[in-house]
Amino acid sequence: MGKVTVCVITGYGINADIELLDAFRLCGASPDLVHVNDLITAPQRLMGYGIIGFPGGFSFGDHLGSGLVFANLFKRNLKDRLEEYIRDGGLLIGICNGFQVLVKMGVLPNLDGRWTPCTSLIHNKSGVFTDRWVTVEANKECRCVWTAGIGTLDLPVRHGEGRFITASAEIHDRLEKEQLIALTYHGTNPNGSEGDVAGITDPTGRIFGLMPHPEAYPTKENHPVWKDGDGLQIFRNGIAAAERK
Amino acid sequence: MRYEICYRNHHLDGRALRIRRTVEASLGIEVADMAIADVYLIEPDNLIEPRVAAEIFSDPVAQSCGTEPAAGRTGVTRWTHAVEIGYRPGVTDPVAITAKAAMEAVLGKGAAESAVVETARQYLFELPAGADVERVAALLYNPLIERAVIISRDAWEGGDRFPDIYPHTVAASPLAIETVQLSGLDETGLAGLSKKRLLALSVAEMKAVQQHFDEPAVREERRNAGLPPDITDVELEMIAQTWSEHCKHKILNALVEYREAGKTESIDSLFNTYIRKVTENLREKRGYLRSVFHDNSGVIEFDEDTLVCFKVETHNSPSALDPYGGAITGIVGVNRDIIGTGKGARPIFNTNVLCFGYPDTDEKDIPAGLLHPKRVLSGVHQGIVDGGNQSGIPVVGGAFLFDESYTGKPLVFCGTGGILPAKIGGEGAWIKHIDPGDLAVMVGGRVGKDGIHGATFSSLALDESSPTSAVQIGDPITQKKMSDLIIEARDKGLYKGITDNGAGGLSSSLGEMAEDSKGVRIYLDRCPLKYEGLAPWEILVSESQERMSLAVSPETIDAFMDLAAKRNVEATVVGEFTDSGFVEVFYKGETCARISIDFLHSGLPRMQLHAEWKPPVRPEPALPDYGDAAAAALTDDLFALLADPNIASKETLVRQYDHEVQARSVIKPFAGERQEGPSDGAVLRMRPDAVKGLTVTHGICPRYGDADTYQMAMCAVDEAFRAHIALGGNPEYAAALDNFCWPDPVESASTPDGRYKLAQLVRACRGLYDACMAYGLPLISGKDSMKNEAVLNGKKVSVRPTLLVSLLGVIDDVGGAVNTDFKCPGDLVYVAGLTNGELGGSSYERLKGAAQGGCPKADPASAGELYRRLHQAIQMKLLSSCHDIADGGLAVALAESALAGNLGVEVDLAEAPASDKAMADERLLYSESPSRFVISVAAGRAAEFEGIMASMPFARAGTVNTSGAVTIKRNGKVLIDTDLRGIRNAWEAGGF
Repeated sequence: MGKVTVCVITGYGINADIELLDAFRLCGASPDLVHVNDLITAPQRLMGYGIIGFPGGFSFGDHLGSGLVFANLFKRNLKDRLEEYIRDGGLLIGICNGFQVLVKMGVLPNLDGRWTPCTSLIHNKSGVFTDRWVTVEANKECRCVWTAGIGTLDLPVRHGEGRFITASAEIHDRLEKEQLIALTYHGTNPNGSEGDVAGITDPTGRIFGLMPHPEAYPTKENHPVWKDGDGLQIFRNGIAAAERK
Repeated sequence: MRYEICYRNHHLDGRALRIRRTVEASLGIEVADMAIADVYLIEPDNLIEPRVAAEIFSDPVAQSCGTEPAAGRTGVTRWTHAVEIGYRPGVTDPVAITAKAAMEAVLGKGAAESAVVETARQYLFELPAGADVERVAALLYNPLIERAVIISRDAWEGGDRFPDIYPHTVAASPLAIETVQLSGLDETGLAGLSKKRLLALSVAEMKAVQQHFDEPAVREERRNAGLPPDITDVELEMIAQTWSEHCKHKILNALVEYREAGKTESIDSLFNTYIRKVTENLREKRGYLRSVFHDNSGVIEFDEDTLVCFKVETHNSPSALDPYGGAITGIVGVNRDIIGTGKGARPIFNTNVLCFGYPDTDEKDIPAGLLHPKRVLSGVHQGIVDGGNQSGIPVVGGAFLFDESYTGKPLVFCGTGGILPAKIGGEGAWIKHIDPGDLAVMVGGRVGKDGIHGATFSSLALDESSPTSAVQIGDPITQKKMSDLIIEARDKGLYKGITDNGAGGLSSSLGEMAEDSKGVRIYLDRCPLKYEGLAPWEILVSESQERMSLAVSPETIDAFMDLAAKRNVEATVVGEFTDSGFVEVFYKGETCARISIDFLHSGLPRMQLHAEWKPPVRPEPALPDYGDAAAAALTDDLFALLADPNIASKETLVRQYDHEVQARSVIKPFAGERQEGPSDGAVLRMRPDAVKGLTVTHGICPRYGDADTYQMAMCAVDEAFRAHIALGGNPEYAAALDNFCWPDPVESASTPDGRYKLAQLVRACRGLYDACMAYGLPLISGKDSMKNEAVLNGKKVSVRPTLLVSLLGVIDDVGGAVNTDFKCPGDLVYVAGLTNGELGGSSYERLKGAAQGGCPKADPASAGELYRRLHQAIQMKLLSSCHDIADGGLAVALAESALAGNLGVEVDLAEAPASDKAMADERLLYSESPSRFVISVAAGRAAEFEGIMASMPFARAGTVNTSGAVTIKRNGKVLIDTDLRGIRNAWEAGGF
């Protein structure tokens, strides 16, 4: 069996792409860096991958709201193909700005199966961009393949718009009941997220979005006090799930 | 059509909460409620349907979008004032650029091409009766680049509304090429012309231009080429830009006559005699140097596969007028220096050193026409947040300095490091080629009137007539798209040479590249413009941001242009390189400039300057005798020092900078479990699977220059180098940048003390040379800025002569890097390095408000051995922590290590190495003698550590404890008696 192939999407201000590429490579996958314009001209390319990664960054400067313009660009040009990719069992991870893109496209949490946005990531309660390490806890009951076997994990957050909200209390209830909340902040909630939510999955469990940056914790020395720990576990999980496919 | 977007639930808008806090903190005005609306103004009206507009501009879950005013739907029902702020015509509006892209993402490419798109932000305030809304609005915008419209509730009820579109056209300049008659002008005439056109050229320089254009051979030659006999405005502007202090470093290259103690010495270029000399002398010993001084940044080898480069620029004048725009363009500008290094490098870190007046300066003490330091700080800070974060380049460290002398002009040092493969296309990646026949390609943003005369303007003091056109806003996203393209094109071998468009614009970039090929033809009418109405000379010298100039071979031009189109980055062939020996410029078929490369780059007459050193008289004052109250008084001093904004916590600011992106950070701006103590610098891992890494540190101590800039420079080098050592850096593997920010050192009627200021510059260069030679630290690049003063209402505010030394070093094993935080109770605490007791120029001196005699003196000859030993101990992983002793001296360093580790400490300094064992307690605690460290070592490793350090000036002083008490004694007598809470309170009270 060949290595799992990963499409790491870049362009228009995405900037945490190289370390995401490195993270997948370190975990044994075979990642490509692909400019979104090259997907738009050849959408079929998406179908060849086992995993698609939407990295962090400032796509379009977050000028109109984080992830919004990139989400529109992607959805307008690639929606059909991405739906097909997901139907075929493909995996998706969106980190920080990538999470914002998935949420604004409605790919997450996709409660109605029609990509209708029902959650959002809005300006931090503090009103400012914040860089700090936080502890997150994985929901053991959640079917998300990316967080399997993870208890708590220290990770850095770096964002100005990471405050998770839902369109209504009903939506929040459904996320909880259907165990789609994959990751919560443990201790410090850095942005005022509803229910301390740090990451969610969709009903398939294969699509995962989170605000913290696991790709920024590839080695012990990335941690502020060099604690043993491992952001890469998330990627190993994803790769293992893609191999099982 | 006007679209207004606001949160459905305004209580969820974090931005509004932050602004309420700011208004309350700054003005004491209680904002009862408020909301924010993002406004998009689009012509033609029917371009998008409202439903589509909502999709393009708003988040359907959190926001509402409508053509009816947001004022009616924000939920702030009792609003009293609506304030709407947008950019003035001609100022780059990054949000509007994105809005167009967003419209095209939904409507299709080209659909918004000819549309007018403006953006604004609307604030709806509920203010208490009688509150001054103008003052509130003033906090939110800078009238130089923005405009505000205020509508009160009453006026609104009376039918007032914000306009459907704001004026957006920029006044057109005459497009004809003009000639300027230099022939026959006398000195007064030449000086007047230089001032009127903002050329910033001296009479001698104007004369050189006059003589050149009067030469019969030149006249003959011009006639043959179809040019008028008189110089054209395009030529004059190009020469002024090329010869600006900013671009040619005239003062550092001048002939200087230096007098000291009755003896006179001639110095033929401070740059060649001292700065370049260091590197020449060390070139053989330091085999890692690759490209020094001549490219956009200095390049060294990191390992056999990788090169690293480093540059620090200043952006002082623009930041004084518009702190936000000045800082953001400073950052994206120095990023371009890296992108334009060698065959093109990728930026991997930013590091900024920011110098302001005191944030608590009384408004009355700020001369009219200047911004309050607090305002400057907050604007510069926001510029760094946006500039660094949006570019995906981590801010890995730096410093904030506060001094009353920076009230006139802030110093904004923006530094960036980059990485490039050792070889590209089979040859060293630092080598560029620009050959005759190559095409000159401009890539990135378009040319506008923003940033005209930046190069010449920064070569003058600020005054009432300072041009606002020199101010501009940067757009990091346009630049990010461009830099992604450049790295992709580089790796495909699609271009041969590259440089950035910074100061001087195309005139500077193509003019410099033409030195390689020996000529260039530039077609100004081919340059894409932001709007019509730019005079030819304006196109040539405009400093519009986000542009690079490339030399592309005719063989790869199609592939390059194709790739640029695929990445949605504008690229235009604007000329070609030649070997004609001339810069030739054309506009709509007409030749508008023809200047010989020799004259342009070598025709500048050298300045002849005079320096005279008279050592300032600074007697050592008697220190107070506190008697029995000593511990209380000294502890209060410590608290006051910890609360000094130079030392106090900057966590609130620094946390807003992304210091993690690219996943390289090993030592971060903060130390310890609680991540609150300051670290000594940055350590970066270059690849996740590599052990070798980089250190980044700075040294800067402007107040020492009051006593002697020679010592100031020595201490600045020492500070950067000892921080490198403290982090675990290899003493044999580092390189540094020098960055001089001086008050005008040229004697004149307005600068009667010019000789002394120039002598200070000479002595700083000598100190820099001596210290770098002693440590074997080559200089690889630098920068100078020589007019750092403001003249307003006839009053001059000059900066203290300031030298920033920035170091890029190698650490052999990042796993052995050391941070400042105490780690374990029971660890032994050592003080290493000799305390000489100097208090002149120290933080203690500032605290006491009176001169304290001589400044710290470096002794690199003896410190070098201490550093080597310490490095050996660090390599053996014997140290738990190491903190270099800098601002505030030994007591502050101990307090900071305790704070970072969240552990107490008890020391007795009886044995601490000191030049005079009987020196006053203040001297021992607060002197800033260089080359010292506070170190902690696990008890089990103490013998090994002491063995390695044998015969060095060091002493075991005490232990780390869990009690949280911080106690400093001397021979059993208590000098400092406090605990972590006391330290934390002081440190946070003075912080941000």
